[in-house]
Amino acid sequence: MKTQTRLKAHLLDEQGIQKALTRIGHEILERHRQTQGIALIGIRSRGEMVAQRLARILNELGGTQVPVGALDITLYRDDLSLISASPVVHATDIPFDVQGRKIVIVDDVLFTGRTVRAALDALADLGRPESIELAVLVDRGHRELPIKADYVGKNVPTAQSELVQVRLKEVDGADEVVIESRRPTNKEDTFGDAGETVSRPGGDK
Amino acid sequence: MTRWTRKDLLGLEELSREELLLILDQAKAFQQVSLRSIKKVPALRGKTVALCFLEPSTRTRTSFELAAKRLSADILQIQPSSSSLVKGETVLDTARAIEAMQVEIVVIRHSTSGVPAMVARAIRSSVINAGDGSHEHPTQGLVDLFTILEKKGRIEGLNVLIVGDILHSRVARSNLWGLTRLGAKVTVCGPPTLIPTGIESFGAKVSYRLEEPLGAADVLIALRLQMERQQEKYIPSSREYTRLYGIDREKLKGAKPDLILMHPGPVNRGVELSPEVADGPQSVILEQVTNGIAVRMAVLYLVAGAHSGSADSPVDAAVHPEPFESPQGKRSLT
Amino acid sequence: MNSSRLLIRGGRLIDPAQGLDEVTDLLIEEGKVAGIGKNLKAEKAAALDAKGKIVTPGFIDLHVHLRSPGQEHKETILTGSRAAVRGGFTTLCAMANTDPVADSAAVLEVLQTQNAKVGLVSILGIGAVTVGLKGETLTEMGELETAGAVGFSDDGMPVLNAGVMRRALEYTRMTGLPVIAHCEEKTLSGTGVMHEGVTATRLGLAGIPAEAETVMIARDILLAEAAGGRLHIAHVSTAAGVELIRAAKARGVRVTAEVTPHHLTLTDEALGHYDSRFKMNPPLRTAADLEALRAGLKEGVLDAVATDHAPHSKAEKEMDLGGAPFGVVGLETAIGVLLTEGVSRGGIPLSTLIASMTSRPAKVLGIDRGHLRKGAAADVTILDPEAGWTVDAATFASKGVNSPFLGWRLKGQVTDVLVKGKIVLRNGQFVNGEEK
Repeated sequence: MKTQTRLKAHLLDEQGIQKALTRIGHEILERHRQTQGIALIGIRSRGEMVAQRLARILNELGGTQVPVGALDITLYRDDLSLISASPVVHATDIPFDVQGRKIVIVDDVLFTGRTVRAALDALADLGRPESIELAVLVDRGHRELPIKADYVGKNVPTAQSELVQVRLKEVDGADEVVIESRRPTNKEDTFGDAGETVSRPGGDK
Repeated sequence: MTRWTRKDLLGLEELSREELLLILDQAKAFQQVSLRSIKKVPALRGKTVALCFLEPSTRTRTSFELAAKRLSADILQIQPSSSSLVKGETVLDTARAIEAMQVEIVVIRHSTSGVPAMVARAIRSSVINAGDGSHEHPTQGLVDLFTILEKKGRIEGLNVLIVGDILHSRVARSNLWGLTRLGAKVTVCGPPTLIPTGIESFGAKVSYRLEEPLGAADVLIALRLQMERQQEKYIPSSREYTRLYGIDREKLKGAKPDLILMHPGPVNRGVELSPEVADGPQSVILEQVTNGIAVRMAVLYLVAGAHSGSADSPVDAAVHPEPFESPQGKRSLT
Repeated sequence: MNSSRLLIRGGRLIDPAQGLDEVTDLLIEEGKVAGIGKNLKAEKAAALDAKGKIVTPGFIDLHVHLRSPGQEHKETILTGSRAAVRGGFTTLCAMANTDPVADSAAVLEVLQTQNAKVGLVSILGIGAVTVGLKGETLTEMGELETAGAVGFSDDGMPVLNAGVMRRALEYTRMTGLPVIAHCEEKTLSGTGVMHEGVTATRLGLAGIPAEAETVMIARDILLAEAAGGRLHIAHVSTAAGVELIRAAKARGVRVTAEVTPHHLTLTDEALGHYDSRFKMNPPLRTAADLEALRAGLKEGVLDAVATDHAPHSKAEKEMDLGGAPFGVVGLETAIGVLLTEGVSRGGIPLSTLIASMTSRPAKVLGIDRGHLRKGAAADVTILDPEAGWTVDAATFASKGVNSPFLGWRLKGQVTDVLVKGKIVLRNGQFVNGEEK
């Protein structure tokens, strides 16, 4: 089942992404006063890349090395029993102890909130952080769970049937965030992440 | 990456290279779950796994049980004493009863080759073969592939020597299929009476002597000598077997220093392996046991996915490239 | 219908015993063949139009397990007889491995009494070679002969003891009746469930080597030769077995042999999915064996086609391959399978096939059947060689549904059957109200 998509608008370019992340970096530092004790955990796969970039910004701003981990939330998804082939599980790679840390979960797009819910569960199985916050590059609305981001790069009003595609140099060759429209299907993916049903770039989480 | 679309795992013979690599890749991802303090993920929450071990087995059953528990599945144990199978109810009747109890995955160990395949045809639940007669033991084969990959970093081009009762060994068959498909060179070695007819046609070299193939081997898999089979007089005595094919320090002198030594367990110490070799530096037998859990978690997870959702929309990697896809056909089974 | 005179008109009459293969009429009077000829005129005769059909003597099956007495849940005389009629068989030889074993005149008499009630087809009894099929003590063969036995067999079990087999074969010099040998060296077949070969290795199933059969065929031929006895080899399955029989016949040994429809059409690869419908003894062999069997039948080294019809209940067969019993049903599918696979695709001449199911089996037993000479009992089978049908267990008359041919699309089906002049099957339907 192939969905037709059409480019609707450019939301952010390379500069825009960098700016948004820099602002998030400042906000994090503002709230915590220092980077000591903070660790970033990006949700695979683009959330991890966003986390790496954010960490570089924080390192410059705070002068310490902020550890970064990657979290695979596949096994914590609430829709596994609805999917006709098990999604591929990737390794979770968190090279530090989450116990007692101030964790910032990082993802590219916040949509239904189900991915974040899964990430919270996955984190809880790894230990007991002092606090958990959420940073996203884009918040596109349409939450299905009581979840709210602490740091948002850009708020984008969207129709539910639209896709928000985040493309990053690391995997897609260029930095941009675009919004695409597609022929609406009768039921939208409840798990958010509409983007990944149709094409590789963009993690519309 | 390929997606898993099979309802069942009956053997490695029918698996493609890509499917084998997918399972091994997923096993790698599951390996870390067992290293955490909370060794559990909710992936199979609400699903039931029936463990039908109709032939005694401690290791494989325990390994499957732990794997299922670490995936949060509920477990139904069916063992010979509680099974009406031994009382003459047909295998299929029992399987249909289990299916009627809404069990999603049935893990079967049976002394007769083909029982899992027969059951898989008859019921909609997923069937995982945990060893059937002399046919296949696919999860053990996968464990061995995984362990070799961990230790050697590759499988392609390796010389793998399987020593022992090839005729009756399901482990040997699964290993042969998996290893040859991934490009290893396999030699089977044992007394002529325990080498089955036509095994060469499946890509194995045959040797009745241990010394020469041992010198070239990167991996040695020693099989358990089934003591009960000796009654059928395939070999004169276990003493002679040990003298000719038992692996000990003396025989290993002719082997490569980085040879790894594997055994599906349980080991008859002093028969196919001498104790000092079984516990020696080249032995990876305990790692096989550890890896068994991750591999079986991967298999349970993949098979569970093929069983839920809809089969009339075969997953096309080009259309559904990455983890998250829309939930279509959520009602239909099989 | 007045059955005293019946004219079967315009069929292609194949009667190998008379070397006949032509479109002609067949007149039946008082249950006997009254004449053969083109455009026969017969006053007041009922007519049966056989245009486009093949008219042959009723088929003879040398090897049937009717399961009665003792195992009526698998088959009864009635269901077995109806299955036979469906398949065009008018004479069956009932194997002795019933419960009780047909090792005494009394048991053979029970069979005859039961069949007298059913009366659909002729059932000839085969007596056991040894008491209780135990392979130890010879049965009273003389008395069994008097009670109607047409041969002796422990089929299902080999006569393992060579000394006993020798005496049995010697005894045939007196009766003239064949010892029908189930050739299986048990110490070689062991716990095997299928042919020992590449497929068995792949499936991890215990094999039955070809030598389990050939060693016994060789032994029994040598014993028959020495004893001057009369030997018939049941269900030959191997190329080497065919060779042994060919050589023995060339030396003048009094040996005949039969082959089953399944060994003529299937190989061990059919077991690939562990389906017990393909488990029988002797097992399905290789493609090379299959070719040798077909050649043997064409040459006449193998005398007859026999079904080895072995019905089992669904529950018994619905087991794993180790637990399921050996055996397949065959009466209802034999002619369809052999016309489709043997004649159309396998190069077996139609006349050879008909001979191997009529005149040749009659000759094996030395009985005056299997031909349509004037005065012969009018056992007649009429086939539609063009009729296409699909093998479906739901339509079987037999209680056994353990057919390896389920789902096969076949061409050629029995439409009408006459037993002693009486129509028992008409257009594929049983004719009712014709009590014995």
